[in-house]
Order: sequence, then C-alpha cells, then structure tokens
Amino acid sequence: MNAQDDYESAAKDAATNVAEFADTRKSPIHRIQHALHVTPSLVPLVVLIASLVMFGIFANNFFTPFALTLILQQVQIVGIVAAAQTLVILTAGIDLSVGAIMVLSSVVMGQFTFRYGLPPEVAVACGLMCGALCGFINGFLVAVMKLPPFIVTLGMWQIVLATNFLYSKNETIRSQDIEANAPILQFFGTRFEIGGAVFTYGVVFLVILVMVLAYALRHTAWGRHVYAVGDDPEAAELSGVNVRKTLISVYMLSGLICAFAGWALIGRIGSVSPTSGQFANIESITAVVIGGISLFGGRGSILGTFFGALIVGVFTLGLRLMGADAQWTYLLIGVLIITAVAVDQWIRKVSA
Amino acid sequence: MKKLLAGTALALMASGGAAMADGHGVTACLITKTDTNPFFVKMREGAMAAAEELGITLNAYAGQVDGDHETQVAAIETCIADGASGILLTASDTSAITTAVQQARDAGILVIALDTPLDPIDAADATFATDNFEAGRLIGAWAAASMGDAAADARIAMLDLAVSQPTVGVLRDQGFLEGFGIDLGDPNRWGDEEDPRIVGNAVTAGNEEGGRTAMEELLAIDPMINVVYTINEPAAAGAYEALRSIGRENDVLIVSVDGGCPGVQNVADGVIGATSQQYPLLMASLGVQAIAQFAADGTVPQPSEGLDFFNTGVALVTDTPVDGVDSVSVAEGTDLCWG
Repeated sequence: MNAQDDYESAAKDAATNVAEFADTRKSPIHRIQHALHVTPSLVPLVVLIASLVMFGIFANNFFTPFALTLILQQVQIVGIVAAAQTLVILTAGIDLSVGAIMVLSSVVMGQFTFRYGLPPEVAVACGLMCGALCGFINGFLVAVMKLPPFIVTLGMWQIVLATNFLYSKNETIRSQDIEANAPILQFFGTRFEIGGAVFTYGVVFLVILVMVLAYALRHTAWGRHVYAVGDDPEAAELSGVNVRKTLISVYMLSGLICAFAGWALIGRIGSVSPTSGQFANIESITAVVIGGISLFGGRGSILGTFFGALIVGVFTLGLRLMGADAQWTYLLIGVLIITAVAVDQWIRKVSA
Repeated sequence: MKKLLAGTALALMASGGAAMADGHGVTACLITKTDTNPFFVKMREGAMAAAEELGITLNAYAGQVDGDHETQVAAIETCIADGASGILLTASDTSAITTAVQQARDAGILVIALDTPLDPIDAADATFATDNFEAGRLIGAWAAASMGDAAADARIAMLDLAVSQPTVGVLRDQGFLEGFGIDLGDPNRWGDEEDPRIVGNAVTAGNEEGGRTAMEELLAIDPMINVVYTINEPAAAGAYEALRSIGRENDVLIVSVDGGCPGVQNVADGVIGATSQQYPLLMASLGVQAIAQFAADGTVPQPSEGLDFFNTGVALVTDTPVDGVDSVSVAEGTDLCWG
C-alpha cells in the first residue's frame, strides 16, 4: 500500500461526529424558540398553569375539589373529540364532521337498543362501527379521491347531521329509561371519588386516550408516518410511507374516537339527545389550536390538545365564578386562538 | 284551565266550519325556526292537518338551526312571490325579521306570529302564542306554595335560554319570579333582580348538555341550591343529571315549561316537580284557520281579552297539586303532550 492510497490517514483530522443541527444562536429568545420547537406543548402548559393561578386568586370557590374536577368533567367530551381532531390536523387536514359523527353514533347506540330491541352491548358496538364507517368515508374521499379535507368534512358534517335528525326524528331517549333498560350506555358517566374529588369513567377514558395516542404518535411507525404525511406527503411517499393507507387509518380512527365521545356524551347528559354537540367541531378545533398544534400539519403534540381543552374549561368556569358575562369567555378564547397561531408562526421561523 | 282549552277547541271547530266553504286555491306558508325540534315538528303536523281539512295548500319552510335568520327572510320572500294569502311565522330574530314581515303585509298577506311574538308585537297582524309569562307564573307559584315557609330562604338557580335574552325566555323567567314572589326589577330583562335568594342565571341553549353545564356552574357558586327554574324540559333533564352526580337529586325542586311527552313523563317520575304545558298543535291549526278566514272574507284575528296576543292556552302539569294554583294531573298532561 503506497502513501497515495492512504485515504484513512488523510481523513484522520476530519470531524468524526455525525451530521447534526448545531444550535449556534444563544440569545435567551432563541433558546425559548428552540425549546418550544422541540416541546410544542410547553406554551399551553404554561398558559394553563398561569390561568389556574390567576383564577385561584381572583375567583371564589375555584380551588375546591368540586370546581377543579368539574372542569375535567366539563371538558371530557370536547377533549375526546379534540384528540380525534388532532390526528386529522397532524396530517394537515381538518375534520368538521367530528361533532356530527359523535351525535349520530350516540343516537345509533340509543335507537338500536330502544327501537330495535338489540342488546345494548351490540348497539354500542354498532354505534362504534357507525363512527368508524363515517371516518372511513371521509378518509376514502380525502386519500383516494384526493378531495380537499375541508370540503369533504364540510359535506359530511351536513350529511351526517341530517341523517341524525332524519333517523332519530329528533326524539330524546330519557335518562330514566336508559338507566332502567340499558345502563351500559351510561357507562362513562359512572362516578367514583378520590378524597372529595369526583371523577367519572369518561374523564379517565380521556386521560388514557391521550396517553395511548401520545405513545403511539411518538414511538410507533404508524405515528411517525402520521407526522411525515402531514409535514410533506410527497417526501413521505418517496421514503416509502403508504400515504393513502395512513390517511384512511387516521380518519377511521378519528371517527371511532368520535363514536367513543358519543358514548361518553350519553354518560354525561344521561339521555340520548340528537340536538347535543352542535358546536363540538368548532370547540375541538379551538382546543387543538390553543394546544399549539400547527394547522399546516406535521407538528404539535396531543398533550398540547389536552392542555388546550383544559384551558378553555378553566377560563369558562373561572370567569363564571367571577360573575363575568358569558360573552367575556368567548372574547378571551378568541384572543387565545389568535395568540396561539401567532406563536406557532414564530416557532416555525426557528427552522428558517 | 280546562274550560279555556275546551273553549278554544270549540272556537276552532266553529271557525273551521265557516272557513270550510271556500278554502280552495288558497296558499299559506308556515315558517318555523327549525324543522328538527319536536315542538315545531308537531306544529307543522297540526298545520298540515288543518290545511288538508280546509283544502288549503300549505308550504313549510324552516331555518337550519335556531337563530338562522337569513333562511327565514328568504322563505318570506318566496311566499310573497308565490302569492300566498297568509304566513305563519315563528321568528328566530324577532326584531330583524320585521322588515321582511312588513314587505309581506304590504303585499296584502296576513302575517301571524306563532309561539314567539315579534318585537314590537304589532309588527305582525296577529300573534297566536302560549302566554309564556303565565306559564312561568304558574310554576313559580307552585314552587313557592310547595315549599311553604322554606320559600323565604330558598336558594334559586335560574337556567335560562340564551345570553341574547329572546322574549320567550325573558317572559318565562320573569313569570316564574313573579309567581315565586320575587321583585322583578325591569320585567323586560332577566338577571337584574336584587333578591339574595337568586344564586345566579346561567344559559342552557335549551338542551340537555347546556342544562347540565349551566347547573354545574351554579352549583359551583352555591352547592346548596334547592329550587331550579328551567327554560324547558330538556334543560331540566340536564340539570337533574348534574344534581344526581352530587347526590342531591331528591332534595331539589325542579320546575320547567313545555309539556313535551318526555317532559311530562319526567314529571311522572319525579325528575321535574311541575311543568307548564303548551299546545303547538292547536296553535298551528288555529293559525291555518285564521288564514282561511282571512282569504274568504278579510277578517283579521283579534287578540284575547286583556292581552296583546291570542292566547292558545297553558296548563300546569303535576301530580302534587297545591292550593291556589290550578293544575292538571300527569295523566291528563300525557293525553295532550307533544313530541
């Protein structure tokens, strides 16, 4: 081996570490920007803690087990729906039909039990399948027909809601009838107490759902594919991700989660009411945006959504306990939404 | 009360017979807030049945959701273009709709407001409605009488309809307070009362979900609430769930307004103490007959004595009647319930 062929020795002084994104900007603002980029749920967590402290100081009866667990109970439905919404928004889509799917699923569970006399367990399974089917239709139209998600789910929102009213004839099934004949429909309303704080299975379900989804999104191939598809579908396709299958699975899962929300809704209001959940789509998008999920897809964490939903709940109850007009809640939530998106835009610049 | 109902039924038959003569070729419109609420579904059924009987063509229109003003305006314009003789209208936006209503009246159409009075009430030719103030007064008086001396220390939750304070919600709310013996302040607004017995007002959107959330908010302010006024029976069912979740469902008195079948059943089951029942079917069929009459000889319907609208009746439904407040039994209420 002559000296001319000794490439190794020629390279011996070269840098040996793997290619990396070194963060050379060290001003405090940049550090914050970087931290937020790495941990997107940090902003909503800070806002949540700040609002808890603020209302704890200014609102009467706020720091009581009753009021604090009440917030959890009041956000459980929106929280579950927002988890479904998060999945869709991570793929750079949007699902306007979530609330309608939720209500239709709950109506299917109720009517299958009381109109057709099916065993309630079967009716619940049918309701869950109904949600997954609606989600599949959304996913098929988005992934295979290549229609824009906004348009697809705008259409499905109307279709599902109209189906709900036509099918149910807008008849409510009373809480007392459900309790007597099909208590499993109210399963998620079951209460238990821990030291004066009242929890329901619905709240527990929400927390478990968020944990499971957080794990799946971060640590499974499917989860990474969801982010990849949202970030850049063409790049994802070229790297071997089955974009079509991933999108359909996301919309189906979203529909299924909405059906679970419908089941939890029966637990919460006791009865099966076709007029409930009219604003669940807007409320879920609000929670997602305040939770720091980017509407452009591919960035954000489901924990952020959970915090976002809690922030809305804290503001609603806190302002109520302070005796403020309900309109102030909407005004402040509007401010929060715009602030959250402004922060998102600012964080995006970290990569620029 | 029963007398009033029987009376209106008689009047109905009489005017029906008179109008029967030449109802043919007449078109009428029914415009409701939504076509999903059972109250309006029943109203449409009543109107359709009466129209068929009189040989009138009835076109039904409805907004998509409660508060959908534009669709209602478009419906009025369609009816004008269609050359209708009369319009039956339950307005979503009671003051904004008056311009469109005036156009219709200028075109020689009889406009009757059903259930919800316009603002001002004389913007329509006539109003056929439940006396909502009386409906509230009945449940207020019943609640006070049922509690006896304890009414002096009552802790009252007021579960209202919406922050925009539509007239129907204000009338029921203020009627309840008057019946209970509370000083009203401005009778055209709820929420300005000074009486310390009122824990607070919260809005429900008139459904179960809103009822539960509103009740929880007020319970967070004062967990010892023992009287709950609710705008309607779905809101009452939601409030009951909130009370049940803290184990207080048996020591709180819930009163409501509507008289829908699930609501009356809830009175039978003790969920709701008493409810004021209204009669949408009668309201609509009377309206159609008035239009037939108007088309035949130009008669404009007159308001009930002492009121600025035609009262289609209201009855208190309860199985625990009290002295001094007229009521009907749950069995009678079930016979007349709607939805």
